[in-house]
Amino acid sequence: MNYWPLLGIAVIVIGFLLRFNPVPVVVCAALSSGLLAGITPLALLALLGKSFVSSRLLLLFVLTLPVIGLLERAGLREHAQRWIGQLRGLSLTRLLMGYLLVRQVLAMFGLTGVAGAPQTVRPLLAPMSEAAAEKILPALSVADRDEVRAIAAATDNVGRFFGEDVFIALGGVLLIQAFYTQHGIELSPLAIALWALPTAVAAFVIQSARVWLYQRRLQRRADDVPASKDG
Amino acid sequence: MLRVEYAYWLIAAFLLYAGVRNLRDRQRWRAAFWLLLGLLFASGDAVLAQQAAGNDLPAQLAGGGVIVLALLAPRLRRVTHAQDVGNEARRQSALRLGHKLFLPALLIPLVTLLIALLGPHLAIMGDAVFAKPQMVLTGLALACVIALVAAARVTRAPMQDGFFEGRRLLDAIGWATVLPLLLAALGQVFTQSGVGNAISGLTSAWLPTGSALACLLAFALGMVIFTVIMGNAFAAFPVMMAGIGLPLLIQQHHANPAILGSMGMLCGYCGTLLTPMAADFNLVPAALLELRSPYGVIRAQLGSAMAILAANVMLMYLLVFR
Repeated sequence: MNYWPLLGIAVIVIGFLLRFNPVPVVVCAALSSGLLAGITPLALLALLGKSFVSSRLLLLFVLTLPVIGLLERAGLREHAQRWIGQLRGLSLTRLLMGYLLVRQVLAMFGLTGVAGAPQTVRPLLAPMSEAAAEKILPALSVADRDEVRAIAAATDNVGRFFGEDVFIALGGVLLIQAFYTQHGIELSPLAIALWALPTAVAAFVIQSARVWLYQRRLQRRADDVPASKDG
Repeated sequence: MLRVEYAYWLIAAFLLYAGVRNLRDRQRWRAAFWLLLGLLFASGDAVLAQQAAGNDLPAQLAGGGVIVLALLAPRLRRVTHAQDVGNEARRQSALRLGHKLFLPALLIPLVTLLIALLGPHLAIMGDAVFAKPQMVLTGLALACVIALVAAARVTRAPMQDGFFEGRRLLDAIGWATVLPLLLAALGQVFTQSGVGNAISGLTSAWLPTGSALACLLAFALGMVIFTVIMGNAFAAFPVMMAGIGLPLLIQQHHANPAILGSMGMLCGYCGTLLTPMAADFNLVPAALLELRSPYGVIRAQLGSAMAILAANVMLMYLLVFR
C-alpha cells in the first residue's frame, strides 16, 4: 500500500498549528497528496477545478448578506436587543433552549436549510443572546460578547447536527443505508434513523445544561460586582 | 423551471459586483479575489458540462484559478469598513420601524420552509416550478430575493443599499468564504489518492481485534479523528466502516448494523464540532459574527462535543451488542 499520500494530512496539521492562512494550506495539502499518489499534474488540476465548482452550493449563504446588511443598517440588531431586554421572563437559557429545540425538530423533519449562522444566528439569535446576557451583567466586555455570540452559534450547530440524523431522507441516513446495501446488508432507513434519537435527546440535555452553567457563571459575576465595590 | 444553477448565477453576479466595488476603492488584491471567484462561479456549469463531454481543459483552468485564489487569500486583511450609518441613526431607525424589521429576516426561513414543504407539488401548466435536485436550497435562494425586496420596502431604502451593505459583510468574512469549497475539493483529492485506505490499513495493523470494546473504541475515536482531519463525517464513515466496523464489529463481534451505523455517524458529528476543517459550520460563523478569534465557535463547542461523544459512545456500548 502507498502510505505517502498521508503526508497531505501532515501538511494540514502543521499548517493549522503554525497558524498559516488555511486557504493555501488546504490547497498545498491537496496538491501534495495527489502528486504523491501518482496523479499527473494536469489530472490533479482538473480534479481540483471540478470538485471546487461542483460544491458551489456551499456559498449559497452569500445571498443572505444583502438582506441582512440592509436590515442591520436600519437597526435590526438594535431592535432585537431592545425587544429581548424588555421581555422579563426570557433568560439566556430559555432563549437558547427554545431555539435549540426548534432547530432540532426542524432538522428532524429534514429542514436543515431553514436556519443557520447566516440566516438566523447573525441577524436574530446572536443579538438577542447578547441582550439576554446584558440583562444579567450590564457591563459585558468585548470578550464576553464574543463568548455569548459563539455560544449562540454553537447552539445552532448542535441543534442541527443532532437533529438531522433522525430524518430518514437526509444525507446521513441514506449514506449509511447505501453503504450497507453495497455490502449485502438490507436495512430500512427508519431502522437507522430511530437509533439517532437517544443521542439527540442527550445532545439537547447537554447543550442546555452548558448554557445554564454559563448563565450561572454570569450571574455569579454580576452578584460579585456590588460586593467588591463595598470591599 | 427554477433550478439551483440560477442561484449560482446570482452569487456570481454579487461576487463580481463586490470585485468591481473593491477595484474602485483601489483594493486590488481583494478585487482580484472576488472577481476570480465570481468568474469561477459563472463558468461552473460550462466547466462541468465540458468535462462530462470529455474536454478536461476548462476544469484544468478552473483548477489553476483555485490555486491563484489560494495565493491571493493571505493578502486579504480582515478589515471592517466603517459603517456609513452611525449608531444613533440606527437606534432611531430601530425605534421607528420596530417589529417590522423582523419581517424580512423571518421571511428567509419561512419562504424556504414553504418551498421545502409545497415545492414538490407546485406546477404551472403541468411544468414543475422547482427542479428536484437541491430544491430546498433553490428555495433558500428565492427566499433571499423575496426578503431583499421586502427589506427594501420596509426600510424604504433603495435596493442597491443592500448590495452595498452586503459587500461590506462579504469583505468582513473575507477568505473564509471559499474555505468550505476548498475543503470539499480536498476531500475528493484525498479519496482519489487513497488516504482513507492507508489510514484504515495502519489502524487495523495494531488493534487488539479480540476485544469488542477495543474495536468499538477504535471505531468511535477513528470516526472522530478522521472527521476532524477531513472536516466531514460523511467522508470518514465509509473508511471506518470498511476498516473496522464491518469486518470486526459486525462480522466478528455481531454488532447490530443499524445501531452501529447510526451512532457511529453521530461520533463523526462530534468531530465536526471540533474541527476548523468544517469551515462552513465553525470558521464561517465565527467570521460572520465578527468574533476576534476564528476558533471562537469551536472553543464554545468543545465541552458539548466531548460530553455528547461520551454519552454517545456509552449508549453505543450498551445497545450495539445486545
